[in-house]
Amino acid sequence: MNRLKRILQYGVLPWLGALLIWQLASMPSNPDFLPGPYRTLQGAIELAQDGSLLTYIIYSFYRVFTGWLLGSLIAIPVGLAMGRIRIIRAITEPILNFVRFIPALAFITLFMLWFGIGEQSKIILIMYGTIFTVIINTMTGVLAVEEDKIRSARSMGASEWQILLHVIIPATIPYMFTGVRLAMSTSYMAILGAEMVAANEGVGFLIWNARLYFKTDWIFVGLIALGLMGFATDRLLGFIGRKLLYRYGIVFTSSSARKPA
Amino acid sequence: MTSQPAGQTPAAIRIENLRKSFQAGTGSREPHYIIKDIDLTIKGGEFFILLGPSGCGKSTLLNMIAGFIGKTEGRIALGDNEIERPGSERAMVFQQADASLFPWLTVRENVEFGLRMKKVPKARRKEVSDRYIALVGLAGHENKFPKELSGGMKQRVQLARVLANDPAILLMDEPFGALDAMTRRTMQKELIRIWQETKKTVIFVTHDIQEAILLGQRIGIMSVGPSSRITDLYDIPLAYPRDLSDPNVLDLLSTIESHFDE
Repeated sequence: MNRLKRILQYGVLPWLGALLIWQLASMPSNPDFLPGPYRTLQGAIELAQDGSLLTYIIYSFYRVFTGWLLGSLIAIPVGLAMGRIRIIRAITEPILNFVRFIPALAFITLFMLWFGIGEQSKIILIMYGTIFTVIINTMTGVLAVEEDKIRSARSMGASEWQILLHVIIPATIPYMFTGVRLAMSTSYMAILGAEMVAANEGVGFLIWNARLYFKTDWIFVGLIALGLMGFATDRLLGFIGRKLLYRYGIVFTSSSARKPA
Repeated sequence: MTSQPAGQTPAAIRIENLRKSFQAGTGSREPHYIIKDIDLTIKGGEFFILLGPSGCGKSTLLNMIAGFIGKTEGRIALGDNEIERPGSERAMVFQQADASLFPWLTVRENVEFGLRMKKVPKARRKEVSDRYIALVGLAGHENKFPKELSGGMKQRVQLARVLANDPAILLMDEPFGALDAMTRRTMQKELIRIWQETKKTVIFVTHDIQEAILLGQRIGIMSVGPSSRITDLYDIPLAYPRDLSDPNVLDLLSTIESHFDE
């Protein structure tokens, strides 16, 4: 009974079900049109043997991680300043609310023109995709800090700088965390587009390039690799959040792994 | 830094012709006063109650004494010094502990917050926090986070946190308003004990007449807003601890209740 519960908990059954449906759906079809799980596995082995799969994953991950990290490092101080200083908010918010609706993908050509076709333009694209989400979440967090907390800190002798450091920032951490977590998923979207348009490596390149050889199974390998990469980074982020930021009240909703004992 | 010399009472608070108005909208001719013409002197070491119905401006008055909000006209002075901004000699205990405590800090870290801001060395901080955590009856809970505590315990943390900074004046804004009746009664007794031990001036805002009579040496009754004033002052010369079954207490209760019946 307990084992069954555990199996249900980790979502094993839905996956088995999905594989089964995939297999059944692919059976009457030409593998070039819809390859089944087994064919896809073969494709994955092909790609793994010459090392290209791992290289592509590392490339994509490196771009996402670098752009996301740099973007967050810029966005958090900006969000804090916008939340804390009314005049900065008044000046920047209208522009921000305009620009943030332009998806990162729309900038691919421009960024290539401005920053070249190398890594730089891709990392900047990810930064662009990250920055707005993180800024807005951070700013919202700052604005949500209860006035009573600030007042009590002030009447206990805290300076404005100390209030920022010891009240505003800790109180905003859950919001920042939500921001960087959401930005991670938009980063994967952006990198895929960039690698399809202009790259010679990466998972996006793999998916796009497969069409030249009619290797539909490689496309499936790319899709699954993306899903796993996203899943793994999100879980890792959640783990770090729970372990290091527990006291700041990080609530990490990973639906399956958490349950009453 | 952490305890005043024995026998020295804190300075009196003098309030003269105090007025507070909303920033009048462009259309209105008359300024809209929340508080109008308050004159009041609160002696050092006194337990003073501000009693009035909800929305009468008693919290506004308390926030002005704290220096959190500015006054429109008049004077608030502590001793010889005009009150213009928050100061560490005045400490506020807020109604909502959840809104004012720092949930990312443990009980001890919350209590040590003010000392840490003043760069008091760690060993000294621990000494002070030990003392006030014990004083409010939270010994053994030092390493818990606020969310692990009950409502009454959170208010004890708030109290210890402000006491650790050794303020001369405790400003309390309906601190027990959100507690259940039994916890509230315990906290009232505890507060009297702590007040008698620490000899602070306490200004305590409440709309609960029983609470006012059980706690205060003097009660100022505020009229219904807008333009509320202090309409009556009552001395309560009864000894502590006070009991609701005491006929003197019951007498006062009906006298003061009659104020609000009109």
